[in-house]
Amino acid sequence: MGCIELMDYKILQSRVSFKECREFILSTCKEVYEVEPGYQLFEIYLIGNPPIFVGVEGDDVIFPYVKPCHGAFVLKIKGPDVIERLRSERTAKRQ
Amino acid sequence: MRKKALILLGCPELPIQTGIALYLASRLKDAGLEVSVAGTPTALQLLTVADPHGYYVDKQHLLDLDSCIKALVEKRIAIDLCAVVVHNDAGVSYLATVRHISGAKLVALVLGHDAEALAAEIDCECEKLVAKAVHNPQSAKQRIDALFEETERWAV
Repeated sequence: MGCIELMDYKILQSRVSFKECREFILSTCKEVYEVEPGYQLFEIYLIGNPPIFVGVEGDDVIFPYVKPCHGAFVLKIKGPDVIERLRSERTAKRQ
Repeated sequence: MRKKALILLGCPELPIQTGIALYLASRLKDAGLEVSVAGTPTALQLLTVADPHGYYVDKQHLLDLDSCIKALVEKRIAIDLCAVVVHNDAGVSYLATVRHISGAKLVALVLGHDAEALAAEIDCECEKLVAKAVHNPQSAKQRIDALFEETERWAV
């Protein structure tokens, strides 16, 4: 997972389709933002078939992460700075 | 100035991927384009073993997949044509991402057992070359040959 591996992450969904990631984030997160492919989150650029949703829960960012050989994952990482940027740049799809 | 092509590889588990990538690279090179290939470390190792002298793809033009995406987003590299090998759900995601971050002419080379179902999931603007091919590369090669009748005119 590149630099993500060095972070303190929790896997919420593993080896699923990107569509399943999208639906999981939409159905479980109360605060959701839509971002475009290539949006920078932490040190990575998000890969995905739009729409791409990023969820916020407290200080945690919940987002899809695609690996070429293992499908898509939903990860949760603490990111107050990321959340602040999302809130300042985007309008929540649901809050 | 030579036009630049990028071949973006998927997971190397698909048997025909390396052979088809080298064939496509060869056709692009013959058409006058400068060819780069991006992929996972293993996908690039397979390519290097199959083309040890860099005849089809210069070793300097082999790019780590994540670094390539980063460079495209940050506009540090520019490409005129990008062919993305799609043979699983992740491939569809990479294709859609390239569509969003690059204005290059985009070709989806949709292969594997699930080629038709995957092709149906692709809704971004691109040219789809669909071949339900896993071991035998002939149908995929034929799709590429048909593409080149157009591309060779376009590259001039």
